[in-house]
Amino acid sequence: MTQATATRPAADNSDLIYSLRRWLPLPAILFMVAVTQVPLVVTLGFSLERWNLLRPQRRRFQGIDNYPDVLSDPNFFTIILNTLIITLSVVAATLVLGILLALLLNRDFAGKGVVRTMLITPFLIMPTVSAVLWKNVLFNPAFGLLAALAAMLGLQRPDMLQDFPMFSVVIVTVWQWTPFMMLILLAGLQSLDHDQIEAAQIDGGGYLTLFRYIVLPHLRRYIELAILMETLFILSIFGVIFVLTSGGPGTQTTNLSYGIYQEAFQRWDIGEASAMGIFAIILANIVVLLFVRVLRRGQAEEVTA
Amino acid sequence: MKRFASLFLVLSLLVTVFAASAQDSVELTIATVNNPDMVVMEGFSDVFEEAHPGISLNWVILPENELRATVTTDIATGSSTFDIITIGMFEVPLWAANGWLNSIDALAMEHPDSVQMDYDFDDLLPGVVKGLSYDGELYSLPFYGESSMLMYNTAKFEAAGLEMPEQPTWDEVREFACALHDPDNGNYGIALRGLPGWGEVMAPLTTVVNTYGGDWFNMDWEPQLDSPEWNEAVSFYVNLINDCGQPGATGTGFTEALTLMAQGQAAMWVDATVAAGFLANPAQSQIVDSLGFAPAPVGPVPKGNHWLWAWSLAIPKTTDKAAAALDFITWATSKDYIQLVGETNGWATIPPGTRTSTYENMAYLDAAPFAPVVLGLMQAADPTDAQRDQTPYVGVQFVAIPEFQGIGTDVSQLIAEALAGDISVEEALSQANALTRAAMEEAGYYE
Repeated sequence: MTQATATRPAADNSDLIYSLRRWLPLPAILFMVAVTQVPLVVTLGFSLERWNLLRPQRRRFQGIDNYPDVLSDPNFFTIILNTLIITLSVVAATLVLGILLALLLNRDFAGKGVVRTMLITPFLIMPTVSAVLWKNVLFNPAFGLLAALAAMLGLQRPDMLQDFPMFSVVIVTVWQWTPFMMLILLAGLQSLDHDQIEAAQIDGGGYLTLFRYIVLPHLRRYIELAILMETLFILSIFGVIFVLTSGGPGTQTTNLSYGIYQEAFQRWDIGEASAMGIFAIILANIVVLLFVRVLRRGQAEEVTA
Repeated sequence: MKRFASLFLVLSLLVTVFAASAQDSVELTIATVNNPDMVVMEGFSDVFEEAHPGISLNWVILPENELRATVTTDIATGSSTFDIITIGMFEVPLWAANGWLNSIDALAMEHPDSVQMDYDFDDLLPGVVKGLSYDGELYSLPFYGESSMLMYNTAKFEAAGLEMPEQPTWDEVREFACALHDPDNGNYGIALRGLPGWGEVMAPLTTVVNTYGGDWFNMDWEPQLDSPEWNEAVSFYVNLINDCGQPGATGTGFTEALTLMAQGQAAMWVDATVAAGFLANPAQSQIVDSLGFAPAPVGPVPKGNHWLWAWSLAIPKTTDKAAAALDFITWATSKDYIQLVGETNGWATIPPGTRTSTYENMAYLDAAPFAPVVLGLMQAADPTDAQRDQTPYVGVQFVAIPEFQGIGTDVSQLIAEALAGDISVEEALSQANALTRAAMEEAGYYE
């Protein structure tokens, strides 16, 4: 009896604590839902309306009409294509450069600290600021450095932003994002076990063999993570395009973010801009799902191996 | 008991102080552009607050594009953040039509005491007043106004033995530009905007179209961009830049062109009259001593060759402090304010282009050699009559309809493609015409 009475309240107590514990995260979850899902729902709502900000009297609910409107706009596919071109080429280029620079910084040499700081700097400058610098100091065909260099060599002054707009946008973005890739991969390299390398060296493995069979497999997780994160960021870059080319000439460098900005703040068409936003979310989710699938397959392979 | 009494006394005093301040003090939130003239206006806040003890000022200063987006969304969604907004000549008639702005005429009638003493509405330049009115009523007060003109480097002209006529034509300008063009040494015959945007390349280009006899819409709102006049005007503009103008055309906006001109790389520049103030300022310009000015060039039709623009202060309908707001905007656009800036900061830095009296002030005329040209242009520009043919719209370098920002932006992208040589002018204009018509159809102009 006494035992029973002694243990019951304790059990009750732990039940209570247990149930409390289950409910304690609720405010945090609600907060997360509020800040992440409410804007999405509002955007969905707007996308079903015909609403030009400057024509308030014509605002009305119109169903899904905005979606076929977006899809039937020939520019929309150019915009999607531009988004993919920018994202893929930037991610690929930063990956190669990032690995090379991380390998360099993983070695010991005089002045390493200074070199590392300078290599990280592009990532710390605000994107719009570095875009302004690139546009005026480097690319400007009349008073930019590139033009001056070309003139000194007796070449024709290049007009990067007009003749190679997409290439210029990619170059500037690569310059900004290489440090990101480099930092993550450097962290990966530094967690690599030195004994393994030494053992392989004793076995007579050359540098390339070491890189191919020990360093690269070790870095795989880091590379996948870095690619996933960078892809999500680059899919939605805006500042560089806004400053360098305003999406032009024509729509040659307009990506989804810039296209949505134009729809919302130059055409003031909130309905269609919201519908484009929904497409942007779908695109980002497709990319994430693809990556998660690749990651899972990689893990499965590791287990079977 | 005594202690309680004194405590009570202190408390009640505090309460009266707070109540009094809550009653008498009005805080005005003002949204404005981060142009130099507006920053000067913010600097004089304390002068205004001293003269109007019940009113304090709270500033929100943003770059032009951001200001447009912020103020438009604020007003359109009725969130009433601002008591005073800075808007351009393009927005005023549209917003007035939407019922978003307080009529200045009606407010001044209702609160005559809030109008700055000696304000003199008749002193405001008539063209500017026309552009800021809707249905015959004034909806906004001009803070500064501008037109467009031709600025040129007299040293280059003298060296080549060229002389600028009193009213140059575009053909003459092309001759001069090509004679002075020396790209191998970084010298360009002319600088003109090519940066996409309805307020960038479309502003000077539309003035060229006007003076070549073209217009955006006919009386049935049918777009006219595939007309021979447009083709002639745009071909001329594109060829002029590509043959004898600055490189990097599609990246050249106001700022880039200003740099080219101020560094002495460009021989001529057709752009906003406010640029003259920058070019005449030794801190920013290397060509202070060789500055020449002429009216904007004309083509076959002597009309609409120079634009008209004003930044103005308006009071949105959503504010409940309209009387205090009227106090401020009639102060900031008054003769006294211009006098204050001129005497404190120098006469070359006053906000120009709003009042006839400014151009009768000897102190200003001495400081600004370009003033007479500007006044002539400001007086001649008429936003209701800027095209050869009759048109259903108002505006010299824009079309005052809500759809124009979107249409102008899209068309400017195509013009940029033509400038870059990616498509021909014919193709750009026929695409531009089609997309303009589609936008107008969607907006319900043909129903």
